[in-house]
Amino acid sequence: MFDYNFHWRPVLKSLPDLLEAGLTTLQVAVLSMVIGIIIGLVLALARMHLRGPLKWCASIWVELARNTPALFQLFFFGFGLGAIGLHLSPYTIVLAALSFNCAGYLAENFRGGFQAIPDTQIRAARSLGMTAWQSYTRIIIPQVFRIVYHPLTNQMVWAVLMSSLGMLVGFRELSGETQALASRTYRIFEYFAVTAVIYYVIVKIILGASRLLATRLFKY
Amino acid sequence: MEPTISFFSGFQLNDLWFLAEAAWKTLLISVLSISIGTVLGIFFGWILYEGRWTAALTLGPLLDVFRSVPLIIQLVLFYNFAPIIGLNLDPFLSGVVILSIYCAALVANVARGGMEAVGNTMRRAARSLGMSYWQDLRYVVLPIGGRAVFPSWVGVALGVMKDSALVSVLGYIELLKASQILITRTQEPLLILTLAGAFYFALSYPISRYAATLEKRWAS
Repeated sequence: MFDYNFHWRPVLKSLPDLLEAGLTTLQVAVLSMVIGIIIGLVLALARMHLRGPLKWCASIWVELARNTPALFQLFFFGFGLGAIGLHLSPYTIVLAALSFNCAGYLAENFRGGFQAIPDTQIRAARSLGMTAWQSYTRIIIPQVFRIVYHPLTNQMVWAVLMSSLGMLVGFRELSGETQALASRTYRIFEYFAVTAVIYYVIVKIILGASRLLATRLFKY
Repeated sequence: MEPTISFFSGFQLNDLWFLAEAAWKTLLISVLSISIGTVLGIFFGWILYEGRWTAALTLGPLLDVFRSVPLIIQLVLFYNFAPIIGLNLDPFLSGVVILSIYCAALVANVARGGMEAVGNTMRRAARSLGMSYWQDLRYVVLPIGGRAVFPSWVGVALGVMKDSALVSVLGYIELLKASQILITRTQEPLLILTLAGAFYFALSYPISRYAATLEKRWAS
């Protein structure tokens, strides 16, 4: 029944390539997280404090990002924008789609974080003589950061996993590289098995690092 | 009269029907794998809750693998692995298998959270009233715990529904694959992707809204 030969050699020979592609994966995930956090903060604040068209735009962004598949968003940035003459490179496509998606999810996290902090705190800070800026940066933001820290790590893991869709638009991150190598040697199972292990290790490293950081950051 | 030949026929009403049919297929594979995944996931969650450290050593890491490896890699891996052990699965069945296990891995954690939410005193009270173990599970844990985690279960289910778009890499013609086929023929990516996105949005948005209101009502 199991007369299948697992060919290690071609995979091991291209392991450096795979690891290097893993760095690309990590790079695009981190970059999209940074962009996503910035846009997500803006979206969350816009949904809470603004009225009119700007608020609608922010709401539409969040709902679209949360209610359509990530793959659809990727195709939209890839093929959809190509229709209006905007041809992006695979790297930009993946980065744009990931950032769009992350921003939508993070906006909801940030909104929850801001709403979890009672208004009285800012009033107390103001009555102690702090300026609005001081009370935000010293009282509100640290608390919000603590609340959203865990969702933020989760989103980081999601960003790494989602970047694997890049293989469908020809982006040579870990999955794309794997597919290219696999289709060259026809050892599909071996390559994807090793890639799965690499992804698992990357995710574990991220989670471990975030836990380490949390014990350093949140010590009273 | 000179007959004119055009290689690309535009978008026709027929194609809308094709898309609707594909949306139905998306719904079919999602509902099937979410149902199987939920039943499995509740079972796993029960093991995780009751088994404590034995489960934490065996089942926990196993389910963790399905959460830390990209779904697309899992799909390709399983699709290529099935023939090795002598199974000949079509894309639909492979998709259902992997999506179900993936869903089960996510639901297991949700289910365990629900069981932990019930609290030991309540369960002891039920047992001391003369309920059997199963009665306690059915009449105490299920209503109280289920209510606590229902919104997050909806979130997981919606996530799996959106992730079912990935089965298109195996060649199952669901909504996103169908839209790609139409794009190839009509060369109108923007229109067709917008339609596909609208289908996904129509499937997902009402449910996520409903879950949000439910969460708000139950929280108060």
